[in-house]
Amino acid sequence: MWEYITFFFNATILAAALRMATPLIFTSMGGIFSERSGVINIGLEGMMLTGAFMGMMVSHYTGSPWVGLLGALVSGAIMGLIHAVASIQYKANQVVSGTAINIFAVGFTVFMLRTIFNVAGTSPPVPSIGNVSIPIIVDIPVIGQIIGRQNPMVYMALILVVVVHIFLFRTDWGLRLRSVGEHPKAADTVGINVFLTRYMAVIMSGALAGLGGAYLSIAHLSRFGDGMTAGRGFIALAAMIFGKWTPFGALGASLLFGFADAVQMSMQELGIPRHFVQMTPYILTMVALAGFIGRATPPKAIGKPYEKE
Amino acid sequence: MRKTFSLVFALLMILMLVLPGQVQSSDLKVGVVFSIGGLGDESFNDAAYRGMQKAVEDFDIVFDYVEPDEIAEMEDHQRAFVEAGYDLVIAIGFLQESGVEAVAMDYPDARLAIVDSVVDMPNVASLIFKEHEGSFLVGALAAMMTESDTVGFVGGMEVPVIHNFQTGYEQGVEYVRPQVRVLISYAGDFGDPGRGKELAISQYARGADIIYHASGGTGMGVFEAAQENDFFAIGVDSDQDHLAPGYILTSMLKRVDVAVYNIVADLVEGQFQGGVHEFGVADGGVGVTEFTYTKDLIPQEVIDRLEEIKQRIIDGTIEVESVHD
Repeated sequence: MWEYITFFFNATILAAALRMATPLIFTSMGGIFSERSGVINIGLEGMMLTGAFMGMMVSHYTGSPWVGLLGALVSGAIMGLIHAVASIQYKANQVVSGTAINIFAVGFTVFMLRTIFNVAGTSPPVPSIGNVSIPIIVDIPVIGQIIGRQNPMVYMALILVVVVHIFLFRTDWGLRLRSVGEHPKAADTVGINVFLTRYMAVIMSGALAGLGGAYLSIAHLSRFGDGMTAGRGFIALAAMIFGKWTPFGALGASLLFGFADAVQMSMQELGIPRHFVQMTPYILTMVALAGFIGRATPPKAIGKPYEKE
Repeated sequence: MRKTFSLVFALLMILMLVLPGQVQSSDLKVGVVFSIGGLGDESFNDAAYRGMQKAVEDFDIVFDYVEPDEIAEMEDHQRAFVEAGYDLVIAIGFLQESGVEAVAMDYPDARLAIVDSVVDMPNVASLIFKEHEGSFLVGALAAMMTESDTVGFVGGMEVPVIHNFQTGYEQGVEYVRPQVRVLISYAGDFGDPGRGKELAISQYARGADIIYHASGGTGMGVFEAAQENDFFAIGVDSDQDHLAPGYILTSMLKRVDVAVYNIVADLVEGQFQGGVHEFGVADGGVGVTEFTYTKDLIPQEVIDRLEEIKQRIIDGTIEVESVHD
């Protein structure tokens, strides 16, 4: 028994789980912003991919991955703005607008990669954010191996969760944001600018998804590859729902998905059919979506464009 | 008026179809339809282009090409070349399979070739590679070089062609040192370098010090893991050694350029034949790189032994099994 426990819960697997969870954490926090304000954001995948690309490109030209991160943030925000204009200003179907962003991002990044770097498939290596060791913690056995030496973006993701939680549930702004997602009309009556609040939320959503993508291209790796987000935007969306639209819930779900992924990677040797093992994260997602973990109640006004009377 | 216009237009169209065939020279014309990704992919398409350039230097041929953006376009491009009277149309990549089949059916007199796929038509030359033989060589090299008696393999998706890389690799390891353990992982994706990196780290954590990948873009992650943790990776398809200089022991080459050049040579000599053309170690169709960045890291006796193994594959002493047999 103990063997099985140490097999699943060893430092190597848990450290890998944290690394795999990081892009999901950033992006699911982004999802929370948008959906809590009442706007479905299925375009997270495309926003991540754009962030991954622009992060790489800015890092390449400035030589600084931190400036690259800023580039990813801004490009993600711009994608968020496009989604906001379509779905808030012009009241387009939010799912269609998000899907359009996903398709656009694939074409855009492939095209730019070919035009700027004259390569197909993979960009040249660019400066990336290296791992850091946290003094003292790194020397603690096991725990040090897991969180003592990681990428700064891993720590940023964990801090972000706390910040988003405080913002949403402990500040006036957070209250306003939640109220326009629950009952925009009531919010409007008390003088909250519904449009502006939703705009800000969706732009923020894109910015965070952009960071999630940049983690892949300039922190975990140091180059961009076509379609390198590989569905993580959708997994992040599932993590957000799994976590019932709360920051800590989404964090837990992201870690669970990351853990499932890390376990399946080392379990491939055990003789359990690989296809089956590879399905685990997705089965968990389905379980989450089917509501087996208790009712997940979305914000009431989600998906509905607000019409001012 | 409208009738006259359509008539003139139709005539023009016919002229356009016929004209290219009338600008006669004795030169044979070869059209190439590249795969998705087009030129600059540092892989398949670029290799095919190199082969064609060499053919243009060596023979009197006219060479044209198109770079399709979508799978759906491919057949139209093939058709256009055939209708314009090209003597040979070469389709790069298995994505063109159905297109080649349809065009070959409609134009029984046309000559076509497809790389990396088998189309069972008398007028189609199917150019395929013995990936298992090349993988055998890198497997043997990995077994000779490992210090931990553990090597790894990271595959893209579990499809027969990737299994063929895997079994060839395993046989190569087994042949040299049966006690060496081979860790096998599949990413389930050809374009997820993040996962590739984690799979490689996971194998490294379990003792693998040389990891061979056959996983397309996912392999970039394997290279980065090698660089970061100081172990060796092995590249695939084209010469990937420069992508992480000193950390990529070698790359298993699929010489698309050799295949393309040879089929053009056949055409020029009037020897073009449909059917399956396999390229293996013996004809230089698969092999390993020149060790540009790793020459000083590989002992001479290892290189000699590898050469010896290569000779044995060529003379048939070693028979590498394929999953397709």
